[in-house]
Amino acid sequence: MTDVTAAGPHVAAAMNLPDILPPVRHRRGVTGFILRRPTIALGLGLLLTMTFIAFAAPFLGTVDPTALAPAKRLRAPSDVYWFGTDAFGRDIYSRVMFGARVSLAVGFSVALLASAAGLFIGLLSGYVRALDGLIMRIMDGMMSIPPILLAVALMALTRASVQNVILAIALGEVPRVARLVRSVVLTIREQPYVDAARASGSTIGSIILRHILPNTLAPLTVQATYICGSAIIVESILSFIGAGTPPITPSWGNIMADGRTLWQVKPYIIFFPAMFLSLTVLAVNLLGDGLRDALDPRLAKKL
Amino acid sequence: MSRPILQVSNLKKHYPLAGGLFGRAKIVHAVDDLSFEVARGETLALVGESGCGKSTVGKAVLRLFDITSGQVVLDGMRIDELSDGALRPLRRRMQVVFQDPFSSLNPRQSVRDAIAEPLRNFGLAASGAEMDRKVSEILDRVRLPRDAAKRLPHEFSGGQRQRIGIAKALAPNPDLIVCDEAVSALDVSVKAQIVNLLKDVQKELGLALLFISHDLAIVENISHRIAVMYLGKIVEMAPKRSLFAGPRHPYTQALLSAVPIPEPDARRERILLRGDLPSPISPPPGCRFHTRCPYVFDRCRTEEPELRSVGSAHVAACHLDAMPVRR
Amino acid sequence: MALLEVRNLQVHFRTPDGINRAVDGVSFDVEAGQTLAIVGESGCGKSVTAMSILRLVPEPPGKIAGSITFQGRDLLGLTDAQMRKIRGDDIAMVFQEPMTSLNPVLTVGRQIAETIRLHQGLDRKTADKRAVEMLSLVGIPEPARRMREYPHQLSGGMRQRVMIAIALACSPKLLIADEPTTALDVTIQAQILELMQDLKRRVGAAIMMITHDLGVVAEVAEHVIVMYAGRVVEEAPVRQLFARPRHPYTCGLLGAVPKLGSSLDGETARLSEIPGMVPNLKQRLSGCVFAERCASATDLCRTVAPALEVKALRHIAACHYADKEEIAA
Repeated sequence: MTDVTAAGPHVAAAMNLPDILPPVRHRRGVTGFILRRPTIALGLGLLLTMTFIAFAAPFLGTVDPTALAPAKRLRAPSDVYWFGTDAFGRDIYSRVMFGARVSLAVGFSVALLASAAGLFIGLLSGYVRALDGLIMRIMDGMMSIPPILLAVALMALTRASVQNVILAIALGEVPRVARLVRSVVLTIREQPYVDAARASGSTIGSIILRHILPNTLAPLTVQATYICGSAIIVESILSFIGAGTPPITPSWGNIMADGRTLWQVKPYIIFFPAMFLSLTVLAVNLLGDGLRDALDPRLAKKL
Repeated sequence: MSRPILQVSNLKKHYPLAGGLFGRAKIVHAVDDLSFEVARGETLALVGESGCGKSTVGKAVLRLFDITSGQVVLDGMRIDELSDGALRPLRRRMQVVFQDPFSSLNPRQSVRDAIAEPLRNFGLAASGAEMDRKVSEILDRVRLPRDAAKRLPHEFSGGQRQRIGIAKALAPNPDLIVCDEAVSALDVSVKAQIVNLLKDVQKELGLALLFISHDLAIVENISHRIAVMYLGKIVEMAPKRSLFAGPRHPYTQALLSAVPIPEPDARRERILLRGDLPSPISPPPGCRFHTRCPYVFDRCRTEEPELRSVGSAHVAACHLDAMPVRR
Repeated sequence: MALLEVRNLQVHFRTPDGINRAVDGVSFDVEAGQTLAIVGESGCGKSVTAMSILRLVPEPPGKIAGSITFQGRDLLGLTDAQMRKIRGDDIAMVFQEPMTSLNPVLTVGRQIAETIRLHQGLDRKTADKRAVEMLSLVGIPEPARRMREYPHQLSGGMRQRVMIAIALACSPKLLIADEPTTALDVTIQAQILELMQDLKRRVGAAIMMITHDLGVVAEVAEHVIVMYAGRVVEEAPVRQLFARPRHPYTCGLLGAVPKLGSSLDGETARLSEIPGMVPNLKQRLSGCVFAERCASATDLCRTVAPALEVKALRHIAACHYADKEEIAA
């Protein structure tokens, strides 16, 4: 506020109109982040919790998840057995905690693998016109097979192991990533800054590395989170039908498979792994949604 | 007389449009048999409205795509037939500034990296320290603060981003810069800043500019010579004064009369053109402008006029100039 | 009473980085049948002002305050339904980009007829007939055939004519044109400006022309408002503004415009620049909004924001130091 009279009576000062909106408070730090991006905060929080569980499973009050104790089978949840026991007397709580390892390992690995492969194929397809047609037709062919059936078929060809499950699921996810990357590459190719880079003497490799790649990472990251969620579910389905991880290794799908026949009388066997599975997939999807909104190209100016 | 820095002869660029399922693909005659020269240190403006092919000429000169036929000669060396690898070192001598300040810079590249890119590609800086020094010098030249180097494009205004684009173009010390509508997307006062910057830089460095624009008033301020384009051809070319004092081609006359004058009482003798721009897929036979020309007569419909001399260094392609009696 | 009276209009937007005070205290009148031009550069708030008259500003995150009175009615107090009756009927708008302002999947005839049927309740056949009349009025040849074409089949100039036809279909009293010719080639622009002048004579509408092009202002406007950083800095009849601009920003703007024919008498003059950049509207500004870029700014300018003062007959400017003339009583 300025004092008009000090300037002299002949000075005409403009009316100071008040603000009509309350001020925007810029909360720094973690609280600020949570308030500004609640979806990402929630998703990340849940995911980190699950990751923590996976790493710290031996220290969270668990016992050997493969230890059989037929005398104690099919006990309901109690003080001793927090989630109860299954048909072989194994402690479900421990199996669920250790099961997080398999599910998260599969989820992250598939996301990473499919993204890397899809990125490479998409870049090739988008930038090298001659190969585009061929590559896309192969991708179309792969996409026409439902991913779960593809994974089942591939698992039938090899022995059951976590690695093979990862490869089988990843293969089915590659085409979608490749298409996404390809469409982003095609858009970026038309941008004037790519022409400017060519005029600056950059080689194709340099352009792909410095200009195209950095701008594909944002949509790719969002897609990777969705792949992670999808992979976790597919893994559990594969295990549920017996085509996934070997029954000894606890995975959320396996635990549910074991409880399949008894679910009407002993629902807790399926309930707990299912709950953890759902929360994890929810976390990953929330993270993906939040990232997608945050990285929206219309806001690209802010990035 | 030193050799012109750029000589373009009989440039043609036709490209096919995706045809339907049946029938032949249509061909867009974007640029048809164009020839011009740019002398060292001079600004030649390519003026025309949308669809005339001026941007295509700019990109063709820069070899951003292959031309259909013709010759592009940069300082005596033919560049239109060179392979990518052979062309690359020559690119140092011709650079570009694009129109849209928002999409002509990589949003994820810092200003320093953007300017360093041509320096690195052409081996103009031996060390990181030398690179930084050169980047600072260039930022000074385009009147941007030195700390701009670490920032990203979105932190700058449109005018500042154009300065960054100009900095990137100046970095390898080129002989020619193609300005493709470089000021069209800027506000009035910012346009003035950038036009003045380009003129200053041209004088300081002896640069030639190929200034592509549709804004005749800006073109008058910045160029030495002007070529007016219509539907892929040059219809008139002249030194600035000669063109504005006495435009000979009816299209140039109409174009000049259409520019709104910032003076409320100025007399406006508007030459209104009939109809719309014909499609470059099927340009009209004879003189391409005949469908809209107020002075059209029979010869115009069948015979295409050549560029004839109508004054000192002034050429125009109009049958009226071949007539013994002028209208 | 003027046709449109705007008083102390404020339009603020809530953004993650702070409050964007896009329009901060704008007042003006539009008389019936008058052509008012609002001129300014990007970010000055001219488009937001136009949109807020028709209440087209999204209201969160925006908020409008002040008063907008049209034919005596306060527009800001109307309900959505009442506002819809006014839009297209009493007040119409033409936008900058005809390609994105027309629905690509409807024929142009349908889009014109839609407005007519909505506001005048005519049946299909009559509305179509009227649409053909409108197309012919805006100078589109073979209107009956063009009725059935889609926007992408028309050229840019034609599309803008269609936009004008839609806007004038119900004979509005006020036509707001937001940069209507900026996206067009200069020869087409000339055609469209002539058309708008001609139609204005026939329909008798008042025109509020938003533009950054001073040439367009000189050509069509009767009265001009210059905006900067969300405020009005100068207002005058068009001849007076160009002959004797009072505000340093207006002077700078006029100096920065290249004039055709400048090369004919000697060396082309250097365009005068306005140094610096538009201020960040998210921060509260003290003093004159233009002070940091003004060559003649003093401490007074930096501390006390000048009010709009009458400097000459019907000519006001917001500058402490702009000359005043004696106005004959």
